[in-house]
Amino acid sequence: MIKVENLSKSFGPKLAVNKISFQVQRGEVLGFLGPNGAGKSTTMRMITGFIPPSDGKVSVGGFDIVEKPIDAKRLIGYLPENAPSYADMTVNGFLHFAAEIRGLSGDAKKRAVNRAVEMCFLENVLHQSVETLSKGYRHRTCFAQSIIHDPDVLILDEPTDGLDPNQKHEVRTLIRRMGEKKAIIFSTHILEEVEAACSRAIIIDRGQIVANGTPRELKQRSEVAGAVSLRVSGIESAVVKEKLSQLAFASKVTIVKESANKVSLRVFPKSESVDGELARNVAELIMKENWRVEELHTEEGRLDEVFRNITLPDTKEVTK
Amino acid sequence: MNAVANIKTIAKRELGGYFASPVAYVFIVIFLLLVGFFTFMAGGFFERGEASLTSFFTWHPWLYLFLVPAVGMRLWSEERRLGTMELLLTMPITTWQAIVGKFLASWLFLILALVLTFPVVITVNYLGHPDNGVIFCAYVGSLLMAGSYLAISCMTSALTRNQVVSFIISVVICLFLILCGYPPVTNLLLRLDKPRLVETVAAFSVMTHFEGFQKGVLDSRDIIFFLSIIGFSLFTTGVIIRGHRAG
Repeated sequence: MIKVENLSKSFGPKLAVNKISFQVQRGEVLGFLGPNGAGKSTTMRMITGFIPPSDGKVSVGGFDIVEKPIDAKRLIGYLPENAPSYADMTVNGFLHFAAEIRGLSGDAKKRAVNRAVEMCFLENVLHQSVETLSKGYRHRTCFAQSIIHDPDVLILDEPTDGLDPNQKHEVRTLIRRMGEKKAIIFSTHILEEVEAACSRAIIIDRGQIVANGTPRELKQRSEVAGAVSLRVSGIESAVVKEKLSQLAFASKVTIVKESANKVSLRVFPKSESVDGELARNVAELIMKENWRVEELHTEEGRLDEVFRNITLPDTKEVTK
Repeated sequence: MNAVANIKTIAKRELGGYFASPVAYVFIVIFLLLVGFFTFMAGGFFERGEASLTSFFTWHPWLYLFLVPAVGMRLWSEERRLGTMELLLTMPITTWQAIVGKFLASWLFLILALVLTFPVVITVNYLGHPDNGVIFCAYVGSLLMAGSYLAISCMTSALTRNQVVSFIISVVICLFLILCGYPPVTNLLLRLDKPRLVETVAAFSVMTHFEGFQKGVLDSRDIIFFLSIIGFSLFTTGVIIRGHRAG
């Protein structure tokens, strides 16, 4: 549905987006991750046709956004950053306007507005003007606007920004549910959101894609991915460490935390070991030695760690 | 067909925006008060002893100078400030449809304000036998002049997200368009003894072109003058907006 090829954007000498390419199919929810100023919003603005690309191509549903902007825009629902809406309008008026400009009229318009209001829980504020609403409601009003014409493509720039935890959960559920039939791109800073709602994630840093994969694949790039963590009590930590490092599939053992008579350790697998082998190794050892184990699990890897590792902390600006 | 529907939707929203806030009511009341004051007090409507609305229309270029930019200053600067421009321009409409729609809405609003001055027409008809053709003509001229000022305000409001800056710039441009045909200024230029220069400068003035309408003459040159100001300003608005988007 969405096809981005070698997309670039420069503002003066500053290269904001540098040759980005990716595709999103129907039924996919793509999470767009990256530090502030990485070029997420700029990329989304180019996909929605708000700013023209300096180079490269975007096509939505087969329509080029530069050559056939109207046809492409018809397929897109867009929630811009900070969820802008006309402050002096009522929620109802605003949604009717959005429906009309999407070419809906009469019964179809009424149905579309009702559906969007229901999906975004706006019944209570329907006749209030937007400027009197709380941030969460304002956000949902703009979100309702983006789904009013039941678009095939949804571009959401930080859809959960400024919402309380319950609302965040609702929006995530909504995104996941709609993602079954649409192509969705959404950007976020919140990493759990990617795990909760995305089928694929792209990490972008300083205008370039630095990682692209399912949340699971990304997590496996984490150093701790595949490691076995355990907590043992009533035994000398050095002994435990010694025994663990002699295991066939263990490459390294570290002590994570140590207190009076408890010790937490992490056993890292050898690179060639198959999934689960190390865990079996460790479990067999525990049974043989009869340790008192309080906790034992295999690490899936942590997204925030992967994120930190690949989006380098140095903030030098990339110039042409 | 589609374009017309889009323009209508945008204009409807914009016009609704005026009436949702006190702007519309404040503007209409002040406009009518000022019109009344200038016509009857400063213009000497009764002292003239003639059945015409000269004292009414003479003041329009000056009244509009401040009131029209006040209506137009928010057109695009507000969109930029709120960020709704991003929303509007990612809808399936073209930029020019948005520009025309917004312009037409505020022009309609000004037309409404002008229509509400109808009691003056009734008054003058009650008191004497004026030439209603001339009055109609002058109204048309007044509308076109308001449209020109408005298009200029539309252009300056696209320049900045600050409404005050937009207001001041458009007042200055409109003032220039008045002054280059204002008798004290043209008399000054006459002293240079270059009649061609005076004519050229005065040809750019709304005063010169509005005069014809006030006399009851619908001259195509005057109509084209106002329409071309509107066309040029709206076109420039489009260029400015495209410039913002290109970054």
